[in-house]
Amino acid sequence: MSMGRTLAGKILARAAGRTAVEEGELVTCRVDLVMLHDSGGPRRVAPILERLGVRPWDPSRIVLVSDHYAPAVDAESARILDLTRRWGREHGVARHYDMVGICHIVLAEHGHVRPGMFVVGGDSHTPTAGAFGAFAMGVGASEMAAVLATGEIWLEVPQTLRIVLDGVPGRAVVAKDVMLALCRRLGLGGADYRVVEYAGPGLAAFDLDERLTLANMAAELGGITGLIEPDARTAAFLGALGMELAPEELARWRSDPDAPLASELRLDLAELAPQVAAPHSPAEAAPVEEVEPAPIDQAYLGACTGAKLADLRMAARVLRGRRVAERTRLLVAPASARVWREATVDGTLATLVEAGAILLPSGCGACAGYGAGLLAEGETCIASTARNFKGRMGAASARVYLASPYTVAASAIAGRICDPRPLLAEPVGSVAEEVRGG
Amino acid sequence: MAEIEGTAHVLGDAVDTDLLAPGAHMKGSIEELARHCLEAIDPDFVQRVRPGDLLVAGSRFGIGSSREQAAQALRLLGIQAVVARSFAGIFYRNALNNGLLAVVCPDHEGIEAGDRLRLDPMAGRLLHLPSGRSFACRPLPGHLLAMVEAGGLVPWLERRFRAAGRGPRT
Repeated sequence: MSMGRTLAGKILARAAGRTAVEEGELVTCRVDLVMLHDSGGPRRVAPILERLGVRPWDPSRIVLVSDHYAPAVDAESARILDLTRRWGREHGVARHYDMVGICHIVLAEHGHVRPGMFVVGGDSHTPTAGAFGAFAMGVGASEMAAVLATGEIWLEVPQTLRIVLDGVPGRAVVAKDVMLALCRRLGLGGADYRVVEYAGPGLAAFDLDERLTLANMAAELGGITGLIEPDARTAAFLGALGMELAPEELARWRSDPDAPLASELRLDLAELAPQVAAPHSPAEAAPVEEVEPAPIDQAYLGACTGAKLADLRMAARVLRGRRVAERTRLLVAPASARVWREATVDGTLATLVEAGAILLPSGCGACAGYGAGLLAEGETCIASTARNFKGRMGAASARVYLASPYTVAASAIAGRICDPRPLLAEPVGSVAEEVRGG
Repeated sequence: MAEIEGTAHVLGDAVDTDLLAPGAHMKGSIEELARHCLEAIDPDFVQRVRPGDLLVAGSRFGIGSSREQAAQALRLLGIQAVVARSFAGIFYRNALNNGLLAVVCPDHEGIEAGDRLRLDPMAGRLLHLPSGRSFACRPLPGHLLAMVEAGGLVPWLERRFRAAGRGPRT
């Protein structure tokens, strides 16, 4: 009998105060960190907590982020942001990131997540934090209110689906391509609420920015969380934020070699082409050369999975010295204030603007259909976001394609869906090395 | 929870949260949001649906966002239960937590819109009244059905807190 434990099982056992848990067992876990945002957060949980007559069990474990309605576009969104601020103050939530970026990116860049943590967030892309080796699940507002009231949540210990990445990615092939290809292979929601654990030698090509994309889009696979074992890169990233990661921690938060897996799926990065997902599902992905070169009205670099520093640098490599096509608009919403600052300092934003990009505020914006940059009836968009559901980014008849920042940028230049590889003169190595100055 | 009976609406696979609760209407009230439920794929759905109706769907119903308004909108429109081949994980929790019955039924071949159905969530059985065929569902345990019957997690917690002597501070 296998005695090994998965990384997810180890985290949940710790959070449940147990030495070990079995897959399929129902356990109640203590929550290490709660993430709330302005849409599903205070405006929805506060009335429930009032009704129950309780206050958050531990404000020091809460991170509050205003990103969905930021900046306000009308009186109603302004009211929601105001309510969020007031609630944070009234409940002693010291960590309120008010209009400085998208929640999942803010959590990462401010060092709120470390390996082994059990995180519950009021957003389906909460699994993003799994890039650090944390178990991070999204819940709805009622459940969040219960978590805030008790500090606990029950769950069935999920099985683990392991994605093993082999090989070295070719030119212009990045984490977004991996995820779109996996959506195609497994189907939208195909992980069926299992843990999606990424492993294998291919992970070496991906720095933390890219790993955030892998973990983030575990949501599109329907995983309860994405998970990546922490390694030297994780330690370096957290170390730069002043968080020491002890060798014991690195050794502890790993899956055992004989851990029970629901299944294992291998993906050879060397054989992967840039992917484009057709409307209206990430699972409609295909290699870019097989996709009709549809004319593009709008190209969009944004969202928690498509506008990090690494993403903007990818776009800049393609756009440097070129112009966005005449009948196409390129909108760019950097994922956070920090990304905005870093991309300003290193000249990335200037490159984008010189190519004709229009800069938008940091926030969830057009991706979720809340903010600026929405689509008219019949328009076509290519976006570096995670979801292209019908009607999500504006009009119901709008068509949204998903692709990597490379492919989005190339398509903006061509004015139609375009393979970025010919536009990149030299082979693209690890974006990671450039991004983290490694 | 007793058996329920209702008229079927039939949907396909991967009906996502953005179809159930479109982002453009998320700022407003749940009543306003519910008026736009499923409009991107079925503009007449809200006009057609009647209190007590049942939704019969394919796999991974409710994939996408964690917004529980997706479940609340269906409940507000009077949907008694969603019977699907499978559910997306977050939606499944949200549905039960918001008093919307969500029942997994791996095979429900042959059910058409307008058909009358009888559902026994505790026994895990869906009866197709026109044909008399019975489909096996995953039974829901009594404690979860009690929570659904109470109206969801919040009223359920409220009742428990009250029973334990905790209540709204004055």
